[in-house]
Amino acid sequence: MLSVAVKKRRGSFMLDAQFELPTPGVVTLFGRSGCGKSTLVNIIAGLLDPDEGRIALDGSALLDTHQDIDIPAHSRRIGYVFQDARLFPHLSIASNLRYAARRAPAKRVIGLDEVLALLDLGSLMGRRVHQLSGGEKQRVAIGRALLSQPRLLLLDEPLASLDAARREEVLPYLESLRDKLAIPMVYVSHNFDEVLRLATYLVLMESGKAIAQGGVGEMSLNPQLRAIIGADAVGAILDGSALGADSSGLMRIKVGSGELLVQAAHIAAGTKLRVQLLARDLIVATEVPHSLSVRNCLAGVVVAVSDDDADSDLISIDIGGTDIIARVTKAATRELSLRSGLPVWALVKAVSLRAHVI
Amino acid sequence: MTWLRPSELEALHLSLSVAARSVLLSLPLAVAVAWLLTRRRFVGRTLLDAFVHLPLVLPPVVVGYLLLVLFGTRGPIGSWLERTAGIELVFTRNGAALATAVMAFPLMVRSMRISLENVDRGLEEAACTLGAGALDRFATITLPLMLPGILAGAITAFSAALGEFGAVITFVSNIPGETRTLPLALYSALQTPDGDAAAARLAAISLMLGLGGLLVSEWFARRMRRLLGR
Repeated sequence: MLSVAVKKRRGSFMLDAQFELPTPGVVTLFGRSGCGKSTLVNIIAGLLDPDEGRIALDGSALLDTHQDIDIPAHSRRIGYVFQDARLFPHLSIASNLRYAARRAPAKRVIGLDEVLALLDLGSLMGRRVHQLSGGEKQRVAIGRALLSQPRLLLLDEPLASLDAARREEVLPYLESLRDKLAIPMVYVSHNFDEVLRLATYLVLMESGKAIAQGGVGEMSLNPQLRAIIGADAVGAILDGSALGADSSGLMRIKVGSGELLVQAAHIAAGTKLRVQLLARDLIVATEVPHSLSVRNCLAGVVVAVSDDDADSDLISIDIGGTDIIARVTKAATRELSLRSGLPVWALVKAVSLRAHVI
Repeated sequence: MTWLRPSELEALHLSLSVAARSVLLSLPLAVAVAWLLTRRRFVGRTLLDAFVHLPLVLPPVVVGYLLLVLFGTRGPIGSWLERTAGIELVFTRNGAALATAVMAFPLMVRSMRISLENVDRGLEEAACTLGAGALDRFATITLPLMLPGILAGAITAFSAALGEFGAVITFVSNIPGETRTLPLALYSALQTPDGDAAAARLAAISLMLGLGGLLVSEWFARRMRRLLGR
């Protein structure tokens, strides 16, 4: 458990954030640029002093301004992956990794061989920093942070300075880090795709405050998320397990009391998968539809109808223990008399869904 | 160097020895002062900055005179050094090294400050999160990254030390074999009838040393840049 309650004034900006995060897992601090995410992780790392507050990791205080506890950054054992990698330019890649390993406590959580294998660093060892691409630098930076045997790993927008192709190159490594290591991670991002792919828990930040937090599925329905990611990216995030491919080669995923079909036949049955049903992609029907190309038809009950903007409504639908949301025009709401309690069918094309392994 | 007279060889040798001592003496202090002036905000910082730069604006003779007052046999620091450590500065090559060190100090500090300002503080932060304490960070990150500036400063200061005249002659006089460095020897040669040829030879050595210093400095800078991939 990482518990944070800190205040810091910087000019007219006031950071005043409080939250308790489950560990292990990947917690994303999500918000627009300038909302105080980086300031917050710098305070957690000990690189920046808050005006007042308390930070504790698994019960032991790292900082407590009321009890005069302030463990210096170099003794906190919190790994930090910066946006700009920050590899030491005067050292080789191997020496950069050794720099961390030499200063790590004797009790190892992860060894050099494991780090090299996990991040595919073997071929980079003899190179110099300026010979690496942005993505390679970031992989080395992650490896270096891991070799310091951290109790917590902070990642401050590690992909933000990479182009889309490099980002796709690094993301799988972060996913395998999450799946194979027990090191809790705090991941700062303003890119919702990264949240979707990596996060287990989400803290929403806005102008210096943590405005909402919770599991990713629950948070995907939070109205405050819409203001940050925009109406087009809103949609329920469902975690489920792969049931195996159907006769047509589509993967069946169990979500709520129903099943979804997605194009991911190569995934082994039993694998945990995550799918986002974008609100704008969902079609709502009040009768069982037939003769449609749509592969997915989830039966449910409308639980709420709320304004999205002047012309559209958000329809929350319970599909059996879990909610999804659909965005429809107000005209459609009126015509179908969509209201709480109404049985409906939510339709979505298999080709518009993408399953992520979690 | 068979074309040099023994006394001229002696002046060359002495100059190199004085300049080397001067650089070794001032190097650690210059690093410390550069770090203080760049990284710390403290009361009296502006004053320290001005004090360090004083030799650039004072006539060298005045610097020599002040050294005489402070480090002379009866001066407060000079008498203390002689009593406690048996170090004599007036009329000795160590004194000459001190005089040249003071004169070259601002150049050295300047070059180190510029390189220290270019050291990315983010790298020090990264080292910190990897478990490196303050001294460790300085020794393993800051110092290696400011090495180009340290080397450039040392080479500049060495060259300046070879050429220092006013402060040396005022503080430690012009004693053959002890304090008569190249410029002093050149000056003395000019004061002697038929000293023209000697003066020309001494000037030629000075020229070669200066040129050599510049070339070495440039070579170092290139090597450093290549190493850091800039």
